[in-house]
Amino acid sequence: MDMFLTYLIVFAIGGGICMVGQVIINLTKLTSARILLIFLLLGVLLEAIGVFGYMKDFAKAGVTIPIMGFGSNLAKGAIEGARESGLFGAITGGVKAAAAGLTGAIFIGFVVSLISKPHSKS
Amino acid sequence: MRLDKEQSKEYLAEIRKDMPKTKHVRTMVRAFLTGGIICCIGQGIGDAIKAIFPSMQEDEVGGFVTMMMILLTAILTGIGVYDKIGAFGGAGSIVPITGFANSIVSPAIEHKREGIVLGLCANMFSIAGPVIVFGISASVLVGIIYCFI
Repeated sequence: MDMFLTYLIVFAIGGGICMVGQVIINLTKLTSARILLIFLLLGVLLEAIGVFGYMKDFAKAGVTIPIMGFGSNLAKGAIEGARESGLFGAITGGVKAAAAGLTGAIFIGFVVSLISKPHSKS
Repeated sequence: MRLDKEQSKEYLAEIRKDMPKTKHVRTMVRAFLTGGIICCIGQGIGDAIKAIFPSMQEDEVGGFVTMMMILLTAILTGIGVYDKIGAFGGAGSIVPITGFANSIVSPAIEHKREGIVLGLCANMFSIAGPVIVFGISASVLVGIIYCFI
């Protein structure tokens, strides 16, 4: 029962965030790159003001799977870096924390694109 | 009989009055469902990893989940399934990290014919590039601000 509730929250919050994105698309016709940017920067901002941690405790993957989670990871790393080793940490911390996502996306994307054949969009 | 321009314009204006609302609701519901399901898959992968490796730290689990989601999306994009999910789910397929992965793989495959270096590799970042630039820049800014607090 506890697990069911967790997944219900994840579904509701994650779906809700995507629905907000859809509303923005419907109203402004923004392209997907700008939508990604908006949510990424929102994640950075929420982490910077210290709210994202509470959201993560409550909604888990519901807020970390949306690109906000990537933004918050970047900001979190930079903040931790700044606390531990000052300016150098502030500059290197973000990418260090987001290394899994970045490297994964680039390497996996490269290999899969090499293997796959172009297909016409129908 | 062919409608003249005036008439067809009026007609279009009339249908547009009724069209957007129903479209809004439908796309919103679809985005909600798609996004919700993708997040639940992410949660499921995370729970599975935690069950298999109980000693793994929270950050590490998160990293693995991200990579698994990216791998899944890359494969689905490669076989052309993610396009269909995108056509159904709209923002539900863009906002999650899977949308980021799709935005890397999809243009890369599309421009593969132009060569590996200038076609595939260069176009991997046509959408992801701005995201990475803004994300890293914002993180550096936040870090510097925290240096002085």
